[in-house]
Amino acid sequence: MPRFVRYLAPLVAFVALAGLLYKGLSLDPKLVPSPLIDKPAPAFSLPLLQHPDTQISDSNFRGEVTLFNVWATWCVACRQEHPLLMQLAKQGVRIYGLNYKDERAAAKRWLQMFGDPYLANAFDAEGRTGIDWGVYGTPETFVVDKKGVIRHKIIGPLTSDSIQHELLPLLKQLQEEDG
Amino acid sequence: MMIRRVLLLATLLTVFSGAMAAGLEAFDFSGNVNEDRYKNLIAQLRCLVCQNQSLADSEAALAHDLRREVWELMDQGKSDKEVKAFLVARYGDFVLYNPPVKPSTYILWYGPFALLAIGLLVLLRTLKRRSKQADSGFSTEEQERLKQVLGTEKPDKE
Repeated sequence: MPRFVRYLAPLVAFVALAGLLYKGLSLDPKLVPSPLIDKPAPAFSLPLLQHPDTQISDSNFRGEVTLFNVWATWCVACRQEHPLLMQLAKQGVRIYGLNYKDERAAAKRWLQMFGDPYLANAFDAEGRTGIDWGVYGTPETFVVDKKGVIRHKIIGPLTSDSIQHELLPLLKQLQEEDG
Repeated sequence: MMIRRVLLLATLLTVFSGAMAAGLEAFDFSGNVNEDRYKNLIAQLRCLVCQNQSLADSEAALAHDLRREVWELMDQGKSDKEVKAFLVARYGDFVLYNPPVKPSTYILWYGPFALLAIGLLVLLRTLKRRSKQADSGFSTEEQERLKQVLGTEKPDKE
């Protein structure tokens, strides 16, 4: 082994380790990768928020690219995200909601006050569907493709930035896929 | 002012620790579910919300729901392995405090042993080289001369 290699090795090792740790600093440990990505959306059948007697199921997603947004009135970040959902709905994005561990009256009032971007809301009082979807913090937004497969999950509130750079390009790409 | 603050803090701490201790919901362990098995299992599962707590320790609403889920699965006669598989399918390996051994975690599990092996190799090589140097530092002639110069016997020192 040439001499300079032997002297450089510790430096190289140090730089590699420093790089690794630096990368670690910018990772958010709160973001847990979902094992559900690229898997069929978990089946569910829940009453509608607005009409308790009618059921909604995962089959509503089939055929079209859909957002499935998990929200609750007790969730502060959901309030922050809500205007962006309204904008998306106006642009023609199909959004279904999962009203998660909430109170029906409070949730209905919320939609009256702030507007309703959802095609329909499933009412998950006990949070079991939430568990099946691996929800661990509201808001969460799943992107479901035409075949009913989960393609992406955004944890935490949507931002105009994540919508522009992450969500809309993906939706466009998924629209072009076959159903 | 200071004393009042300390008192307030002490009161709050007392109240909240009481609430924490009372937090674990009372499940019925008279039927299918063995309490020790249940407690052992939830201690091995991570709470997704407060990530450095196990399901057994966490007060988060989700932890509460997941404990209920674990209890119900056990009540249905599911094994520990099946309960874990149920949670991993939804939340990923992250719910397990002990990451499973698989290609993406080989570094984690075997890395330390690899480092140890490398360290031992380096140590062995260094030791070998040192003992060699001690042997062949001087040729036989040089050693003879050294003896002449220094004197064969060490001077006695009192």
